[in-house]
Amino acid sequence: MSLSNEEVQRIAHLARIELAPGEAEQTRDRLNGIFSLIEEMQAVDTLGVEPMAHAQNLGQRLREDVVTETNQRAAFQQVAPDVEDGLYLVPVVIE
Amino acid sequence: MINASLKTLSAALAQKKISSVELSELFLKRIEQLNPSLNAFITIDRERSLSQARDADARIAAGTGGLLTGIPIAHKDIFCAEGWLTTCGSKMLSNFVSPYDATVIERFKAAGTVTLGKTNMDEFAMGSSNETSYFGSVKNPWDNTLVPGGSSGGSAAAIAARLAPAATGTDTGGSIRQPAALCGLTGLKPTYGVVSRYGMIAFASSLDQAGPMAKSAEDCALLLNAMAGFDTRDSTSLERPTEDYARDLSQPLAGLKIGLPKEFFAEGLSAEVAQSVEAAIAEYRKLGAVTVDISLPNMKLSVPAYYVIAPAEASSNLSRFDGVRYGYRAPQYGDLHDMYAKTRAQGFGPEVKRRILIGAYVLSHGYYDAYYLQAQRIRRLIAEDFISAFKQCDVILGPTAPTPAFKLGEKAGDPVQMYLSDIYTIAVNLAGLPGMSIPCGFTKGLPVGLQLIGNYFEESRMLNVAHQYQLATDWHTRMPEGI
Repeated sequence: MSLSNEEVQRIAHLARIELAPGEAEQTRDRLNGIFSLIEEMQAVDTLGVEPMAHAQNLGQRLREDVVTETNQRAAFQQVAPDVEDGLYLVPVVIE
Repeated sequence: MINASLKTLSAALAQKKISSVELSELFLKRIEQLNPSLNAFITIDRERSLSQARDADARIAAGTGGLLTGIPIAHKDIFCAEGWLTTCGSKMLSNFVSPYDATVIERFKAAGTVTLGKTNMDEFAMGSSNETSYFGSVKNPWDNTLVPGGSSGGSAAAIAARLAPAATGTDTGGSIRQPAALCGLTGLKPTYGVVSRYGMIAFASSLDQAGPMAKSAEDCALLLNAMAGFDTRDSTSLERPTEDYARDLSQPLAGLKIGLPKEFFAEGLSAEVAQSVEAAIAEYRKLGAVTVDISLPNMKLSVPAYYVIAPAEASSNLSRFDGVRYGYRAPQYGDLHDMYAKTRAQGFGPEVKRRILIGAYVLSHGYYDAYYLQAQRIRRLIAEDFISAFKQCDVILGPTAPTPAFKLGEKAGDPVQMYLSDIYTIAVNLAGLPGMSIPCGFTKGLPVGLQLIGNYFEESRMLNVAHQYQLATDWHTRMPEGI
């Protein structure tokens, strides 16, 4: 398989990464090289094999529904790009 | 002192032959002198380190210190450490001073070690040469024109150049073992779930595992004792009884069954590496081990399966870097979408972007079954190969990397070639097994790494197998000239 420029642009949109004009082509060539490596997998018959998501056969651990964390908003917002009155600022989403 | 084992350093500290402040200053001075040419560290904070050293000295004086109290170690810049710049090798986090400690950092603090600094690494641990770091490539102390391996290349270079007695690393597809091999060190990736991932910036969560890097198996065992343990804050942390990973070090190897997978000695392995590995096998036979020919028939599929699974998990994990809560934000943007897209375009380097794009693609509608599920099915076949192999042997042995250290820039333009340098290590992560690399010889003055793979939770056996070899050989004691 090989990706077209349009597909590269579509994935970049999904991933929220802006590609500069001209960058799509170079990215496409590199990605196609990687996909040719991945392609080797396609010929393998895996019918009936259970997909393995994780190395250990673990269930999700449950805990008591109690408060375990303290409020550290001020400390955590110190590293934020833009905050005001304890809120994170982003461009206007709803007018 | 710079070549001393952790046990020797610990004894010197306990007997007050040296203080932690003096020991830390010794290494900080070496960092000052040698780091400008090696670029092994991203952040040094002398005052913070020395303040920890003074606390350690007080603990030692009060008789409340432990084995590692006062010993300075370096941490890979993937571990969040309170008050320290924690960049993960990326522009995206180039301004991120962590407000909290990773569990690994917290555990080392409790043990009383001194943080010497944060080591350079491939951006978000994505690389095998330490050339994708936003902070520049790291040089291999054995030859400054070569790569140290990656992604824990800064940690490896720091120990090889004796800028730190030991360091932490992380290993998603070989990132502890491959740089350990290329820099002549001992490095261990534990069984998945043994060391907490809390506060360790995530790359591929089902594969990432932290481990120690040091000059010997014995040092690694002592470091792992401090690092390992159950943590409620990591949902994949395993609840198991506490172990002493050094308990089996002195066991003899007579009767040990070493499995040699034929796939590890096939096409692609350089003759020079093969020669050193063969010599190590002969040494093991002298020590009383027997070898068994085994096969891991699906091993060749580990690279393609990994380059679906790891990018898929990365694309999900790295979606958190959006310029809102922490890290870099583009200086100019229009609407919210534009802010995300520009922030991520400017904040991530090319290799990270490639992997996010691959991940987004293989997870997208219409491709999920063909790529992601197929890769997960192959992952199971690979894990089952190991499970069958361990019915015939106690430990698996082979090369860590197909070649010794390569030239800076040699593979930087060719991602596929770069990916293939992890061909012997990736399968271990997919299966979730413990693996190690130990030095087993030299070729043209460059170290060669021997890989040991243990069965699940058999770190102490694997460390025993490594330690006995290190008692019989001196490869692990060699250091680069002129440092």
